[in-house]
Formats: sequence, C-alpha cells, structure tokens
Amino acid sequence: MKKKAIALTAIACSLGMMLSGCGGSGDSSSSNASSSIITAYNSEPQNALIPGDTNETGGGRVGQMLFSNLVSFNAKGDAEMEVAESITPNDDASQYTVKIKDGWKFTDGTPVTAESFTKAWSYVSNAKNAQKCSSFFSMIKGYDELQDADNLKGDEQLSGLTVKDDKTFTVDLNTPDSVFPIKAGYLAFAPLPESFYKDPKAFGEKPVGNGMYKLDKWDHNSQIALVKNDDYKGVQQVKNDGVTFKIYTSVDSAFADVQSGNLDVMDTVPASATKTFEKDDSIESYNKAGSVIQTFTIPAELDHWKTNTEEGQLRRQALSMAIDRQSIVDKVLNGVGTVATDFSSPVVPGYSKDLDHSDNLQYNPDKAKELWKKANAISSYDGNLTFSFNADGSAQPVYEAIVNSVNNVLGSEGLKATTNPMPTLQEFRNAISDRQMTGAFRTGWQPDYPSIENYLYQLYDSAAADGKGSNDGDYKNADVDKLFTEAMACTNSDEQIKLYQDAEVILLQQLPAIPLYYSNADGVAAKGVQGFAMDWQNQPIYNEITKS
Amino acid sequence: MGKYLLRRILQMIPVVLGTTLLVYALVFALPGDPVKAMFGDKPVNEAVAAQIRAEYNLDKPFFIQYLLFLKNALSLNFGQTFSGQPVIEEIGRAFPVTIRLALMAFVFEALFGVVFGVISGLKKGKWYDSVILIVSLLLISVPTFVTGFVGQYVFGVKLRWLPVTAGSNPGFFELLMPAMVLGSVSMAYIIRLARSEVSSNVALDYVRTARAKGMSNTSVTFRHILRNSMIPVVTYLGQDLGALMGGAMITEQIFNIHGIGYLTYQSILKGEANMVVSIVTLLTLVFVICNLLVDMLYAALDPRIRYA
Repeated sequence: MKKKAIALTAIACSLGMMLSGCGGSGDSSSSNASSSIITAYNSEPQNALIPGDTNETGGGRVGQMLFSNLVSFNAKGDAEMEVAESITPNDDASQYTVKIKDGWKFTDGTPVTAESFTKAWSYVSNAKNAQKCSSFFSMIKGYDELQDADNLKGDEQLSGLTVKDDKTFTVDLNTPDSVFPIKAGYLAFAPLPESFYKDPKAFGEKPVGNGMYKLDKWDHNSQIALVKNDDYKGVQQVKNDGVTFKIYTSVDSAFADVQSGNLDVMDTVPASATKTFEKDDSIESYNKAGSVIQTFTIPAELDHWKTNTEEGQLRRQALSMAIDRQSIVDKVLNGVGTVATDFSSPVVPGYSKDLDHSDNLQYNPDKAKELWKKANAISSYDGNLTFSFNADGSAQPVYEAIVNSVNNVLGSEGLKATTNPMPTLQEFRNAISDRQMTGAFRTGWQPDYPSIENYLYQLYDSAAADGKGSNDGDYKNADVDKLFTEAMACTNSDEQIKLYQDAEVILLQQLPAIPLYYSNADGVAAKGVQGFAMDWQNQPIYNEITKS
Repeated sequence: MGKYLLRRILQMIPVVLGTTLLVYALVFALPGDPVKAMFGDKPVNEAVAAQIRAEYNLDKPFFIQYLLFLKNALSLNFGQTFSGQPVIEEIGRAFPVTIRLALMAFVFEALFGVVFGVISGLKKGKWYDSVILIVSLLLISVPTFVTGFVGQYVFGVKLRWLPVTAGSNPGFFELLMPAMVLGSVSMAYIIRLARSEVSSNVALDYVRTARAKGMSNTSVTFRHILRNSMIPVVTYLGQDLGALMGGAMITEQIFNIHGIGYLTYQSILKGEANMVVSIVTLLTLVFVICNLLVDMLYAALDPRIRYA
C-alpha cells in the first residue's frame, strides 16, 4: 500500500517538474535577441523563386522583395519609377522607349543593364522554358513565334525588344497598350542577372536580385530569411534590417503565435477570429477594403439570361437587386468586406461609387420583382438557377445567404435558386474552363497590377473569352470592346479612366457578372509593431514595419 | 521462429506493391487537372502546360505512369514535387519530426494509460477510480481539434506555460503539448482497456492460488495480473504507433508542425501522386513492421504462444 503511494507521488512530482520546466523555456524563447528583424507569416512557395515562374502569393511576396522592376507601386497603388529613368510611349502607345537609371546592381555585384530586362523577358516568354507567367508577355511582338516548344532551344529572343545601348531598350507591342508601364511592375517582368541562365534551377533556390532585400537562407517548409540589401537604390524606404518569413501549416496556428508575441505580422485572419480580432487588445488589427472583388458570373449565352437580350438583362438586374449585400457583409463576413459599387475596387485609380446604373447593385426587392415580372412577360422560364462554388474555401455561407436572399425576394415570382457546392477549387475551376457551368458560378478577381484595366479588359473583353483569357462567362459586346481598344491607345491617364468607366456603365447594365463585395484586406500584428499597413495587393508593406 | 519471420517479411512485398498501385490509382482518379491548377485563375499557356505535363509524365496513360514511378522507385528515385524539390528530401525533412511526435505521444499514452488503468482496475470502486473513468470518458468524447485548440489557448497563449506552436525542428518542450493532445484519446482507451483486463484478472483462480501460496502482493500484481493483462494493451499500442505516424494531420496543423500528416494533406490537394504514394508506402511499411513487433512481443508476454 505504502509503496504504491510513494510511486504515485513520484509520478505526480515528475509531471510537475516537466510542466514547470517547459514553462521556463517558453518564457525565454519569447524574448527577442535581434529586434529589427521582422517575422512574418507565409506559406511555402509553390515554385522555385524565379520571378517568371512565380504566380502565387507564397512565393510572390518574397520575389517582390528580392527584385526591383522598372516601376514600383506606393501604398495607394500609384506607379513610381524604380529602376526606370523613363518609360516613354509613342503616339498610340504601341511602342515604348525605356531608359534605366545608373548605378543599379544585382547582389552578386553585376550591373543591371537593358539586357538584364530584355533577356529575362524573352526567357519567360519562350515556351521551351516552361515559365508559368509566360502569357503575361503575349502583348510583346514576337511572342507568338516563341510558343512552339518542340522547335525552340530556349534562348531565342522576343523580336519586339531591341537593345539600343547599355541603358536603353525599346518595346514593340502587338497592339496599343497604354497600361504597359504599370504591367512592367508585375513580378514576372523583373530583371535577371547573367548567372541565372547558367543554372536556373540553382538560382531558384538562391535567387540573386536587385531588390530591397537579399535572400539569406531558405529552409524549406520552415522559414525564408531576407536581410536588407544595402545596395538597393530605389524609391521605397526600408526601415528594418530584415524580414524572416515563417512557414505555417495553418492560419490558426500563426494567429495564436501573433497573440502570444511569437510572430510579428500576418496578412490574413482565420475564420475563427473574424468576429473578435478587432477587439482583441493583445494584438494590432487592420481591416480596410482591399483589391479583391467577389462576383458571380452567369454565362452570357445561357438561355433566359443572355446578356444581349432584354429578357436576360432584366433577369440579371432583378437578381442583382434581390441580393442584400450589406447584411451578407455584416452577418456572414462579420464586417470583413465592403459592398461592391462597381467592377473594380476602392484601391485602384478609377474606382467609382456612382456610375450610371450602379443602382443595379443596390438591394431593392420591389424593383427586383417588377423587373422579373417584365422578363416573364417576354418569355416564360421555369426559374431554376444553380449557384456553383468550391466548398473547400469559405464561400459556402456566402452562397447560402445569396440563395436565401434571392429566393426570399423572387421566390414568389417563380425563381428557384439552389446552391451547388463542388468539393475542391481544382474541380470547380476545371468545370469553368471546360465550360460545363449551366448556372451562376463564383468568380472573383485579384489584380496583378493596380490598374482598372486589369479588372475590366482581362474579364470582359471578347478577346479574353472562349478560354483565351479570364472572361469565364464568354461575354462579348462590340461597344465594350471598342471602348477598351480606345482606352488602350490613350496615353492621357484621366481620359483613359473615363473610357474604362464608360465601359463599366454598359457592364452595370448588362451584368455579365454580378459584383457582390470587395474582400477586405485584413491582418494582425503583435503588440509593439509599428507602421503596419496593407498595400493594393492586400499585403503588408513589409519594408515599412518596425518594432520596438 | 526464423522461418516465421522470413515468411512475414516476404508477405510485405505484395502488401507494399498493392498499396502503391491502389494509392497511385486513387490519386490519378482525383478530379481536376493538377497542371491547370498551377496556373490558378490566370490564363493557361498550353505550350507551357504541355511541357510541365511531359516533365512529370502526366501526359502518359495511367499504367505507364505507374510503371515509370515503380522503375524509378526501385533505384530509390521517388521523383520531384511540382516545386522542384526531390520527394525523398521533403520526406526526409518531415518524417523525423513526425517520428519524434509519434514516439512522445506513444510514450505518454502508454505510460499514463497503463499506470492509471492498472490503478483503476486494482482499486475498482474507489473515488480515484471514478475520477479516472470520468476523465477518460471526457477525453474519448472530445475531438482532438478541440483538445488542441483549447490546450493551445489556455496553456500557450494565456498562461504561457508551454510553447504555442512547434515551428521548424521542434524539440522536447515544443512537442510536449502536441504529443499530449495527440496521445490523449488513445490514452483514454488504454486506461479503459487496462482497467477492464486487470479487474477481470484479479478475480481469477490463478491469482487466488498465487496468493494462497503466500506470494507477496507486489509479485502477484506484477508477475501474474499485469503480465496477463497486457496482451490486448500491447496489441492496441502496436496498432496505434502506426496510426500515430500517419494520423497526426489535425494536431500538426494546429501546432504548426511540418510533419508527414501535413505533407500528405498538401500533396493530396496539389495532386502530387509521387509524394502521396511514397508517403503511404512508407507508412504501410511502418504499420506492417509495428504489427510484426507486436506479434513477437506476444511470445514474451505469454509463454504459451510459440511461433513455428
């Protein structure tokens, strides 16, 4: 009896020692040795760190800090000359002359020249090199000749790029493109040093750039350490000594680390915390309208919903007016969203709240019923409409709310809306690209560069339809196309925006896609972190963050 | 004995081959095109997509793909992930972490499960028996992710006794809470298993005989009751070690542990057949070997069991 009691106490003691022991270690690890290195949340990059092969945020945000392009963007999304001294268009914006500044160097000491850009762009365009961003270069002359991978060696150059001297080159485009200078700010347009071409694979593991930071160490699935690049000559301010991206298995675990002060910054808030994160006083929070617009698309040629018929337009408008966007934002998204008023987003130049027909995006049950009745008078319709979305994200509650809202308003008039969840994003996107959708489906857009053109041309021009771009509903309208073409050739930015807004008015009337809300840029930072703000990409401006 | 071992080891070959074929087929049958998915919602450049498909043999029919995988696997080349990392390296990074976590969880559940179970079984009806029973019932009924999140919030974020997350290359303290969370459900089962075995063995004739012969209480407990009660417990533990190695997906996500469970989950999402099949094959081997060890242990526990 006695012996057992002793054994029990021994176990209890050892358990107590184990617990107290780790308590001590937990405390010591939370104090930081080097305070000017910022730690930030990230997921493991899905590709090697080659700018032209990086098309997702895990690698993209790292790439943007390692490479400086011709232009860079400030927090408001305005382009500023970075490596470029000037980018001068000809009259119709079909040819550009690019001059680059003196003194830029890659971190291996080699200079940044005109060729650093032209060779890199040709490399990405060349299909033989299998770079995922190659289609971004399709507007440059000579792109089409570099697409037959079987008959290419990989080092053929784009015929539209001509090097004039060490610091100057010209770019010939297939068609006028007034936003080319902004596009050149996209990561895929980064310059590459000569060493890249010798061994692209090794370069992808340890990239050499000309950006604000240089790569110190990449421990796969663990962390990516960047340190300040003292040779950086650009317009951005680097206020810390480095940024270490920590790779997390889930946003929840990262959030717990921010709460306990083990992680400085994260640019997303887990669904479990959207209700509480702004009130949590153990962290700093950020929540403002961001650049992502959420919409749903109804194929332009779907029976009863055709965008070029009166019936179709009436039904689209009625459906749009039957959605109570504000209560979806408040109740389903817990306020982490902003009701949509146009087809772009509040963080790009050209955003508008009061274009003609923007009342089509306002909740108006009576008008919705009236329009629907008018449409029924034109042609009778059984009212079945499915809403497809991928169920692996967070779309389910939103689409259930939409379906409820439209059924409440238009159910009495014969609309029978239902949800159609699809298991994975992959399956969902495949069904869209194979054009198997027979009802409404979730669409959304995150811009690649901060321009209203990127929200409109890529999604609603007929050149982007039929699988050639992201016009998933195959919307085709000659008037819209004409306005886009004019805007592309217009080098005055105010007139350019006016043309895009004129096109938006047509879109608001015909509703090829129905805008719902702008996803907010939300994020959290640990106590003591200063200068935490998000840019047009909904990403923290890492270089301006400091901590005390 | 030797012959028996040899037979068991030879049996592994068809098991492993069958698993690879089955899992490869399952990943192949996953809906969606992994190459298209790499482009996200951006336009797919078909010339580039074709190159990527050719690089990963995704343009070939199923059996050719499978045979190519097997051929390479025989020379220990398990291929590359879509991000260009050798599969073997990724597994080499993740597996040691999972082994550490699984072993810690295993020791935790075995030690506390058996100790509390035996105490409970020997002292049936006492107040601490009731407490142990209630706690074990609680642990069985609460899902792991709840235990995990609550533990993380209370002991990590609020009280700061234990590290909140494990991070890369975690040590003993970083893995302590995850291991306890991971092992808690199995511990509860072991408690109940050990308790019922012990309490039924206590009343058996041979125990009474041993006591009547004047044996001390300790040797009766250890040499007769415990040894006879352990066979089902060891069987359960053996099965569980295999499960712990592969089934820590939820715990690994909560505590940011870059182990096999998380790697498997990610690879399934990306449709990386090479990775999924390599991991599952490895786990199958672990499982089969664990089972073999358990069978060997039976002989040590119960002299009546002999292998021929």
